Amino acid sequence: MRAVTWQGRHKISVDTVPDPKIVNPRDAILKVTSTAICGSDLHLYDGYIPGMRAGDVVGHEFMGEVVEIGAESPLSIGQRVVVPFTISCGNCFFCEKQQFSACDNANPSETRDASEMMMGHAMGGAFGYAHLTGGYAGGQAEYVRVPYSDVGPVVIPSEMPDDDVLFLSDILPTGWQAAVNADIERGDTVAIWGCGPVGLFAIQSALLLGAERVIAIDHFPSRLKLARDMGAQILDYTQVDVREALDEMTGGIGPDACIDCVGMESHGFTLDNVLDQVKAQLMLTTERPHALRQAILACRKGGRLSIPGVYGGFADKFPLGQLMEKGLTVKSGQTHVQKYTDELLDMIREGKFDTTSLISHHASLEDAADMYRNWHDRQDEYTKIVLKPALARGVVQTRDQLAMA
Amino acid sequence: MTAAAIGVVATGAAIAVGIRKFSDTGDATSRISTDAPHWVLHKPSQRTMFGKSVLINRPRQEVFDAWRVDRFAEFMENVVSVEIEGADVARWHIKAPAGREVTLINRITKTDPGKAIFWQSDPSSDIANSGEVRFSDAPAGRGTYVTLILAYSPPGGELGRLAAKLFQREPEIQARRDLYRFKQLLETGEVTTNASPSGR
Ligand SMILES: NC(=O)c1ccc[n+]([C@@H]2O[C@H](COP(=O)([O-])OP(=O)(O)OC[C@H]3O[C@@H](n4cnc5c(N)ncnc54)[C@H](O)[C@@H]3O)[C@@H](O)[C@H]2O)c1
Ligand SMILES: [Zn+2]
Ligand SMILES: [Zn+2]
Repeated sequence: MRAVTWQGRHKISVDTVPDPKIVNPRDAILKVTSTAICGSDLHLYDGYIPGMRAGDVVGHEFMGEVVEIGAESPLSIGQRVVVPFTISCGNCFFCEKQQFSACDNANPSETRDASEMMMGHAMGGAFGYAHLTGGYAGGQAEYVRVPYSDVGPVVIPSEMPDDDVLFLSDILPTGWQAAVNADIERGDTVAIWGCGPVGLFAIQSALLLGAERVIAIDHFPSRLKLARDMGAQILDYTQVDVREALDEMTGGIGPDACIDCVGMESHGFTLDNVLDQVKAQLMLTTERPHALRQAILACRKGGRLSIPGVYGGFADKFPLGQLMEKGLTVKSGQTHVQKYTDELLDMIREGKFDTTSLISHHASLEDAADMYRNWHDRQDEYTKIVLKPALARGVVQTRDQLAMA
Repeated sequence: MTAAAIGVVATGAAIAVGIRKFSDTGDATSRISTDAPHWVLHKPSQRTMFGKSVLINRPRQEVFDAWRVDRFAEFMENVVSVEIEGADVARWHIKAPAGREVTLINRITKTDPGKAIFWQSDPSSDIANSGEVRFSDAPAGRGTYVTLILAYSPPGGELGRLAAKLFQREPEIQARRDLYRFKQLLETGEVTTNASPSGR
């Protein structure tokens, strides 16, 4: 089959690799119909995620049609399913607590040691995301093997198009969990850093969960426009001092909850971020947590900090004293996708989410290398890319064309 | 071979291998007492004993019953075969590097039904070893804590060299991995694998 492989920093290629096979009784194999590129894939692309090996098949946001099942899979051939990016057994202590991304069985014996050494305890499993999370092939491919197919896959009614439901695989539940973790109360102002796909779903979720007002921060005009269309007030951090603006919009107390939807590759030309960039180059730090630092300082005393943005290791100049002295509550983590998918599918069906207007491009799987480059270099124009194995090489459908179709 | 193997060695043989047992002794003046389990006393590099615990989300009796000679090959990576030699004695054929095999002859010295199994190797075993596997209830219906404790003293000679090479790091790693595979099997019904295509 054809598959998108990681070959090194800023090197993505599309190769012919062996087809996946059913290995365990609970497995299923999908023929992929849609697969998106994520902000998390950018961290891989930029070489910030340890444990990648050249040749790894990437992609953790995908859906498709069931083409093969193991003896104990409850799925049937031909069903359309969306697959959570977290691989979770459904049986362990963590899965029973619905902490699916912490599953203690999905990361195989052979790969869990390294992540245990790094994190203190072994990480859970994920598709297409390095050997620290199990070394599973991803779904930016024609076919993919899905373990525990009785736990993750969400069966999609035939009348719902791929674009409406694809993001159940990651960014919709991630934005939702980010807002849930912000413990929103009546009258709350919620500030959200980053208007990428995760931020855009966090905005919608925070409003649905009762936020009085959401203030979204970024600097790309098209992303800020999407944020405003989704109901947020917006701040362009190149035009204002973000903290001052947030204070002045909240009578001086700061937002009640702050959500970091930026992660380890924060932009910004302030001194802390420039130093982080230098240190990251020298491998002295793994993170550039500029937005997170700002969120901690901006948050009101006793407020809540929710961190869906991905970090990989140790951060420098982390405002720990500020976090403590202000008495902030912090919640974070990879998303427990399986916990939310049923509820969110219903909400999509009821029209509560705009899941499609962030999609800027459909492209062929064959053009993945170009699309990764665009996703990295042209973030204003490329707000979400969906790769379609069925599209011929070179065919690109833009937002305007998609809207007309 | 592997710790698995050693873990495997779960069916013990007769001789006393003179393996030092840690106990929480020490005179009260020089040491404060601790509630930590005996296998974590001292720095890892100073231990001649290895112990590892996992939480398995299944009832204790079920977990105990599954720890059976005829199932070991399902989750112990380096076991080639196990021959039962008598009531409590088993002969283990374990994979070793360079296509070699070592044989362990181990005797179960004591069984506390539902709770623990102890073993010790026979003098004719290639590697002297002893150990135990314990099963205890985790709190509030969370399942079972399974602890594998093992000790071994590589004999001299060619095999000793080989065994030492095999055992210096490997047993710990392998025992841990085998324990996780045991957990996977009991909890999920499968041994987890990332078997995946790649462009390598
Ligand atoms: N927790 C999870 O399970 C999970 C799942 C998916 C994605 N993520 C993470 O969420 C983060 C966002 O993902 P995405 O797909 O939206 O990525 P993205 O790269 O498309 O979006 C990030 C946005 O942050 C903006 N930004 C950068 N620096 C900023 C700053 N200083 N202030 C305000 N905005 C700033 C960028 O301009 C960009 O629009 C990533 O770190 C990703 O890895 C986490
Ligand atoms: Zn993602
Ligand atoms: Zn699990």
